[in-house]
Amino acid sequence: MNVHEYQAKQIFAKYGVPVPKGYIATTVEEAVENAKKLGGKVWVVKAQIHAGGRGLGGGVKVATSLEKVEEFAKEILGMTLVTHQTGPEGKLVSKIYIEEGADIAEELYLGVVLDRAKEMPVIMASTEGGMAIEDVAANTPEKIIKVAVDPAIGFKGFHGRELAFGLGLPKEEIGKFIKFAAALYQVYMENDAEMIEINPLVKTGAGEFIALDGKMGFDDSALGRHPDIEAMRDLSEEDADEREASEYGLSYIALDGEIGCMVNGAGLAMGTMDTINYMGGTPANFLDVGGKANAETVAKGFEIILKNPNVKAIFVNIFGGIVRCDRIANGILEATKLVDVRVPVVVRLDGTNAAEAAVILKNAGIANVIAATDLGDGAKKAVAAAKGEL
Amino acid sequence: MSILVNKDTKVIVQGFTGKEGTFHAEQCLAYGTKIVGGVTPNKGGQTHLGQPVFNTVKEAVATTGATVSMIFVPPAFVSDAVMEAADAGIELAVIITEGAPVRDMQEAKSYATKKDMLTIGPNCPGIITAEECKIGIMPGAVFKKGNVGLISKSGTLTYEGANQVCNEGFGITTAVGIGGDPIIGLSYKDLLPLFEADPETEAIVMIGEIGGDLEIQAAAFIKDNITKPVVAFIAGQSAPAGKRMGHAGAIISGSAGTAAEKMAALEAVGVHVVISPADIGKKVAEVLGKK
Repeated sequence: MNVHEYQAKQIFAKYGVPVPKGYIATTVEEAVENAKKLGGKVWVVKAQIHAGGRGLGGGVKVATSLEKVEEFAKEILGMTLVTHQTGPEGKLVSKIYIEEGADIAEELYLGVVLDRAKEMPVIMASTEGGMAIEDVAANTPEKIIKVAVDPAIGFKGFHGRELAFGLGLPKEEIGKFIKFAAALYQVYMENDAEMIEINPLVKTGAGEFIALDGKMGFDDSALGRHPDIEAMRDLSEEDADEREASEYGLSYIALDGEIGCMVNGAGLAMGTMDTINYMGGTPANFLDVGGKANAETVAKGFEIILKNPNVKAIFVNIFGGIVRCDRIANGILEATKLVDVRVPVVVRLDGTNAAEAAVILKNAGIANVIAATDLGDGAKKAVAAAKGEL
Repeated sequence: MSILVNKDTKVIVQGFTGKEGTFHAEQCLAYGTKIVGGVTPNKGGQTHLGQPVFNTVKEAVATTGATVSMIFVPPAFVSDAVMEAADAGIELAVIITEGAPVRDMQEAKSYATKKDMLTIGPNCPGIITAEECKIGIMPGAVFKKGNVGLISKSGTLTYEGANQVCNEGFGITTAVGIGGDPIIGLSYKDLLPLFEADPETEAIVMIGEIGGDLEIQAAAFIKDNITKPVVAFIAGQSAPAGKRMGHAGAIISGSAGTAAEKMAALEAVGVHVVISPADIGKKVAEVLGKK
């Protein structure tokens, strides 16, 4: 799960990670009120969406008067912001963050993420703040300092020194930076974060470090023990169909092809999409029915797949381990009663109770349902069906 | 021969009396696995599926001499269960549970390593030595005895791959589902040398996925250490780039973890990479036929 910048900063502040003062607004009037409350002469109006690259897309503006705050708030609220992370359809901005302006002397980068190979969180710091960190990694990897922290010992002074001296900070700033990094590590660990990124972390003219931006993602498996974080979930940032699917234990991602897929297991689901592509078709979605599929969830899966008007055929590909094929077969029957299955359905059921499943489907004798013997055969038939050749 | 487990391996089940634990332990017993007991706190002294139930792993190990534990406890209790197994001297823990927090697994794996306990998973189908010992949730009937070792991140692709190999008239020595979570136990590079050393294994199937860089590490390992033919498939060639908020994960491994990148790395070291998972079996037949 991801949160907005303003929410990440609320979490930072709780742990003593310095952030600029700011208030969230959903209307232009509120934005101006917030700016007055903040005082000062410079404000930043920032679109709150779950995607990076907001500045380049026109979602972040610096205002030097209350009139400008009003003007930018009008402009940004309600706009569809397109960045390199939103996809071409962009994201509607319904919240803006009004923040006090910062006196920026230098821009740094600081992040914490799991290093899968070392199996420890790693803190990354760079002097190249304000730039896309993936570009820094590609062009000047030596400018990224990485320090892995073994949670068994926690963040120690030497970790901090490696980071601070690595950045080449002057003597009087070393202590402050170490304190900043230590607090951020604590934020990461105590909240079961998956990643934290501060880009830029700014050094002000007065030599203070402030998190000017903040991104946080959380380990979904740990949300159960963080009700405060879960309460920050913004459902409007999530795809409605994907969310509906997840309520039924289905993992669904819409794609732009023509063949709807219903598969058990993420690996086989991707492998099925790959096979469809290889056979000259295009998958309309990724759908993993999970290990607890039953008639109801399968029917729901059909309903969600068929909401997509581009779908010309469906390929059900199940290799039953935990999932029992007879349940899937019953689900298909159930679905044909509840949903208008307007396209051909190619069904390949193998593994646990596959023989029973074949009998169930055969006895039902539904037109539109085409049996396949294996993965390759199923993909081939689905591609042909989508082309109207079957 | 086989790797890690065989017909003599003594197995206990943590989370023995729960719904999942019961269902799958029963299936494993039916397959022939020597399940010698289980652990469910507060149910010690009972008998379940004809086997003794213990309150602690230590007690179970002392009484039964088990060396392997199959773990089915709910996600929030997984790290505790893994560390208890490590502390009790279990040699291999097979963690089936899905949804364990990453931070918990980090702690558990770190402790397991300290105690010299191997782990498989979490969130995986387990390990099976064909027609001898099944420790996990895979459909046992698919795995016929043979000469092909299999390592897979994905559960259902494990079954798919094994099924194809068997349909071509070959079979499986041991198949291991390693899981695809951020922190996992035994990985490709840990299992490949075991298959290399196993006299019965003549070819190895390796099934990977997008994300992370375990397959890239495996390619580097294969180059210098593996002489047996390896057939590989990487799932997710057609997966669109995710709309992620940050890019920190990809930077760490120094690679984006795309299927194309992994396939190229494997091909470069002589691995037989198939584009479609439907061709795994055929490729194995081709490779073994050439021998």
